[in-house]
Amino acid sequence: MQENNSEKRAVLKDYSVLRESLADVDVLPEGIMRLNLGPAHPATHGILQNIIDIDGETIVKARPVIGYVHRTFEKLGESYTYNQFLTCVDRMNYVSPPMNNIAWVVAAEEIIKIKAPPRAQVIRTIINELSRISDHIICNGILGVDLGAYTGLLYLFHFREKIYDILEKMTGARLTTTFTRIGGLELDIYPDFVKDVKAFLKEYPKVLKDFNALLIKNRIFIDRTRGIGAISAENAIQWGYTGPNLRAAGVAYDVRKAYPYLVYDQVDFDIPVGVDGSNYDRFLVRIEEMEQSVKIITQLIDNIPDGPFKKEDYHFSLPPKNEVFSSMEQMIYHFKQVMHGISVPQGEYYSGAEAANGELGFYVVSDGTDKPYRIHVRRPCFWYYQSFPELVEGGLIADAISTMSSLNVIAGELDG
Amino acid sequence: MRHLDSSANTSLLKTIQSEWSGKIIRAEENRNMVVVELDKSQLVALMGYLKDKHGFDMLMDLTAVDFLGKRDIRFEMVYMLFATKNLQRVRVKVPLGEGEKVPSLIDLWKGANWPEREVFDLMGIEFENHPLMERLIMPDGYIGNPLRKDFPLKGRGEDYLIESILLPVKQELKAK
Amino acid sequence: MGVEKYLGDSIFATSLSSVANWARKGSLWPYPYGTACCSIEFMSVMCSDFDIARFGAERPSFSPRQADLLLVLGTITYKMAPVLWRVYHTMSEPKWVICVGACASSGGMFDSYAVLQGIDRIIPVDMYVPGCPPRPEMMLDALIKLQKKIQKESLNDPKYQERSDYLQRIFEESDIEVKK
Repeated sequence: MQENNSEKRAVLKDYSVLRESLADVDVLPEGIMRLNLGPAHPATHGILQNIIDIDGETIVKARPVIGYVHRTFEKLGESYTYNQFLTCVDRMNYVSPPMNNIAWVVAAEEIIKIKAPPRAQVIRTIINELSRISDHIICNGILGVDLGAYTGLLYLFHFREKIYDILEKMTGARLTTTFTRIGGLELDIYPDFVKDVKAFLKEYPKVLKDFNALLIKNRIFIDRTRGIGAISAENAIQWGYTGPNLRAAGVAYDVRKAYPYLVYDQVDFDIPVGVDGSNYDRFLVRIEEMEQSVKIITQLIDNIPDGPFKKEDYHFSLPPKNEVFSSMEQMIYHFKQVMHGISVPQGEYYSGAEAANGELGFYVVSDGTDKPYRIHVRRPCFWYYQSFPELVEGGLIADAISTMSSLNVIAGELDG
Repeated sequence: MRHLDSSANTSLLKTIQSEWSGKIIRAEENRNMVVVELDKSQLVALMGYLKDKHGFDMLMDLTAVDFLGKRDIRFEMVYMLFATKNLQRVRVKVPLGEGEKVPSLIDLWKGANWPEREVFDLMGIEFENHPLMERLIMPDGYIGNPLRKDFPLKGRGEDYLIESILLPVKQELKAK
Repeated sequence: MGVEKYLGDSIFATSLSSVANWARKGSLWPYPYGTACCSIEFMSVMCSDFDIARFGAERPSFSPRQADLLLVLGTITYKMAPVLWRVYHTMSEPKWVICVGACASSGGMFDSYAVLQGIDRIIPVDMYVPGCPPRPEMMLDALIKLQKKIQKESLNDPKYQERSDYLQRIFEESDIEVKK
């Protein structure tokens, strides 16, 4: 399809007058129309605006405009304590909030130099992988919906509700879970946790296979996604890609294997790697990652270690409530933490964790008080969405929609 | 996948200290990374050297910190590089005064485009040789640089951005 | 606007109002103006577990002209506010607004320089749903309460005339030229 377009384009005029900035008024060359693929988009992608110049159906120049959901997380972080910032981090990548919570807690525990007990680490890993499954359900399901295949999403969404049920019984909230605390978990797992997760693991692989059967060998799906939005490995590294998009381009980098955190060095799993970084490869990499997540949870769910779920050093975590009301030392610890916060050593630290769409990193500068001096969030979507014009220029508008959807851009994370 | 060899950081530190001894301010190892602090005039040269000779092919992060009142030199640019082959990370910091400009890294890495625009928008630091130095995240007519320490969290009254569409506030009923 | 145009000044519509309101409340087609986390909860409401189609909100449309109900889901910033205003005024009468979530109602937890502290500063709102994000059952509850409110409306309501006067004034004050 693209070969025919390039022959036709050779006849039309020169496009170098189309500049990146819209600050000056420029006259469009003949045959070009400027279209606003506006911020009020169908709700599932979030608020992303693209001002595109098109020649027929072919996109000649694309200019993304972002910032419509800028919720000022970095500035808010300077007035919250380390535990309170968990509530902010929830709202960043709102399709898999426990992963953001865990990424922040890993960074904060490194800068405070404490380690959570093994029971908490294993439970955090299980919830991390369940959230990764729920994020990939949305990404792949919505890619199907954008191409017209609505049924696949409906099959998978029921299982996403099951994950929400598990999270709700565990933390009290479906979406904004605020899952762990510095030093461990706030509450232990509920009695039926292992049973619920095992029931999920028994039913989910079969549904995933059904979803695959609908799409992977479907002629229409292959024609619309194979070769579209392709990017080479060197180009992906230049732009700063991480996560499934980088792995689909052929580079085997996963933070869980490179800089293991939680208990990822004790479980056995593989990393799927694609070939040409196109939409089809990204879809397949995510499907395979979901199967690997099921494998990780199966290895861990029967072997949750006994012991405390919260580090019993009450300088950093709140003591249990019944002891606060009966013992003097615990009451003083509680008072000191709530009124004066955790005392954090001075310094700076960068730590990255593997979120569902890439490496979510936190660069924290601490000045010795209980509130961080500066937090910078290294958001994965921000780094790969800037390559969007390069991926879609020369293609059709419909291909731009499916590329945007398969890149997994979450607007809350992009602008914050 | 290999885990990072712990001696890789030490050898990198020694190489940088020997080859760049007069041109950098400081180089040290800070827990899990080598941190190099240097002046902005040597920035592009050091980045090119790290990219070509030591295999740091990805720019992982780019940001700025405002030390108003705590240090003499107000800002500090922070760059983080990553090598995909041997999984090593390095941090480069550049102290900057008020109103100074930094050279842009867009010729070395294409991915430096938007992060530099974001720093320009939110901190007010300008970059030389950048193709499009405009606001990215705040609206176009916005006045101010929000992430600076002297800008309040609640803003300085942003109603000028939506003046024409605000609904009139109803007057309260006066008691008779 | 449908029936109101033909009524004039001297007709009180009572049974006609109740029939028109019954028709309107049973077929509120939503426009999900989804910005942030609340739109993911709306996706749950739309899918089979908490079906919103049983209450008449059958067809979510993404064109304002074809929708009756504007559901504002998520944080609205100063950059987004003119877009929301324009979408609201593009919708044709009769229209209602449900403001879902803490961020849309009052700015939520983000009391900062970029977030609009409540959409009722720019558009009139009929129903507020608190929560961060609200449970899907709360959104269904808001829809049911809005249906009860619609049943009590009257076709002679001066708000329809007020709104068309407001739009006329905006049109005259702006520099838009209408080509004849």
